[in-house]
Amino acid sequence: MDSKQLYQEVILDHNRKPRNWGKLEDASHRAEGLNPLCGDHIWITLKVDGDKVESLAFEGQSCAICKASASMMTTNVKGKTIPEIEQLIREFREMATGKLDVARAPNHLGRLSVFAGVKDLPARVKCAILPWHTLHAAFQRQASTSTEGDADPMSLNAENR
Amino acid sequence: MSAVISPKALRPAAQGSFDLQRVRKDFPILALTVHGKPLAYLDNAASAQMPRQVLDRLIQYQTREHANVHRAVHTLSETATAAYEGARAKVQRFINAREEREVVYTRGTTDAINLVMHGYGRAFLGEGDEVIVSQLEHHSNIVPWQMLCGEKGCKLRVIPCDDRGVLLMDEYARLFNDRTRLVAVTHVSNALGTVNPMREMIELAHAHGVPVLVDGAQAVPHMRVDVQALDCDFYCFSGHKMCGPTGIGILYGKAEHLNRMQPYQGGGDMILSVTFEKTTYNAIPYKFEAGTPPIAAAVGLGATVDYLSAIGMENIAAWEHELLAYATEQVGGLQGVRIFGTAPDKAAVLSFEVAGVHPHDVGTILNEEGVAVRTGHHCAQPVMQRFGVPATARASFSFYNTLDEVDQLVAGIRRVQKMFG
Repeated sequence: MDSKQLYQEVILDHNRKPRNWGKLEDASHRAEGLNPLCGDHIWITLKVDGDKVESLAFEGQSCAICKASASMMTTNVKGKTIPEIEQLIREFREMATGKLDVARAPNHLGRLSVFAGVKDLPARVKCAILPWHTLHAAFQRQASTSTEGDADPMSLNAENR
Repeated sequence: MSAVISPKALRPAAQGSFDLQRVRKDFPILALTVHGKPLAYLDNAASAQMPRQVLDRLIQYQTREHANVHRAVHTLSETATAAYEGARAKVQRFINAREEREVVYTRGTTDAINLVMHGYGRAFLGEGDEVIVSQLEHHSNIVPWQMLCGEKGCKLRVIPCDDRGVLLMDEYARLFNDRTRLVAVTHVSNALGTVNPMREMIELAHAHGVPVLVDGAQAVPHMRVDVQALDCDFYCFSGHKMCGPTGIGILYGKAEHLNRMQPYQGGGDMILSVTFEKTTYNAIPYKFEAGTPPIAAAVGLGATVDYLSAIGMENIAAWEHELLAYATEQVGGLQGVRIFGTAPDKAAVLSFEVAGVHPHDVGTILNEEGVAVRTGHHCAQPVMQRFGVPATARASFSFYNTLDEVDQLVAGIRRVQKMFG
């Protein structure tokens, strides 16, 4: 694929001006996400009321793909329930790893499908998925997650995740 | 590769027989296009490409000479053994080792360092002993020693570097004490390109009675290495970084050390006799070559040495120096680009960052322009920590690269800046 297809204006824009950047002081859930190969390192804080995500924020150091993915994730999931978001996390991961064709199969990804092209750049899949993994970790009350080891979406052990 | 090579790219690199256009024709892979653009392969520090002469040798070996080595009396076993041992002799001459038996085949540099860690470190180092490494090491020359430290209670001491990526010799001298047992240091930094003053560093270590292991993975492909002139105790390098096959590397070790070291792995070919009561080990180098070795890869390494020798390591070094000078001037001249590693003595490695753009985005977009660079921490996280960055982009050159490919890199960086501007 052409990188222009991945580095679309919407992604470059979210990279330049990430939404919900920062840290919630009164967070109910938080997690750290690390992609050691790339050096992507993000922190997500969120406030959950019942099973609804009232607000969330992220910050860290990362490439454009990771930062835009995190930024668009925060705008997308705000106000949704945890089960709805877990569904999105699954769909996003399947899209990024090429298991879900967003043009054909029904899904809830909407504008997030700008990241579909990442499936053709195996080295960058982890960058796009990291924020979603980190959000999942926060829901699980897991302090940190990594794209390596058992959490590696590209690993041979990733079948059941 | 496009047929158009500008006159400047054909400028002779040095006095002698170096002919860039002819050299490029030896490498079939350089004719590829990537995303419709001519491939500019600038990831040579990770792995270099293989010339047809080596490919042909592999095919000849595999189609006319292959059997297991050191085993049978039949003809093919003899041709295979002759080819395998002949390659060892070629390597011996290439690095000017005193004897063939000082040249041990390994899987690569990492394997060679681990062999020394197991065979020498575990045998001769104990609690409180110290190993000196440098800030510039690849993980493969850090982690094995850390494992040894964890097991034996030894201590790792680190030679720091300055902002140019030059090791601080005064600090190095101060690290020695009566517990220093080994210095393990890289000849050339893979992340920054710094060429360390090996002769001086080895002399100092020897003055303290301390042996030195040199990680030569990034040096052997780019300069003439003479292990006797260096007087190093161990020298490790890989075939695939010098245009040879993967899966083969060399541990050079002084016979006096190798003789007293423990074997690394047990198995066939490394023994003289085996009973259930007692095994007698074979002599060096075979003591360290358990099991069936990568025979074809070793034979290919021999052909690689012939190929590089025919071009001449001086010619290779001279042309790569020109490439580095031109790339440093062109890339360094771009506004918003910072170069890491500005040592006066450098191999053709250019680590850089584009302000405001993560190296992985740089790498992905350069790939669109046909330019292959490495992005990341280059398995040298302590170097990244020293310069306060998580990662860099790295262009690393080989003698088959052209000045036009440097221009292609520069154009790619400009495109990155435009996209992210």
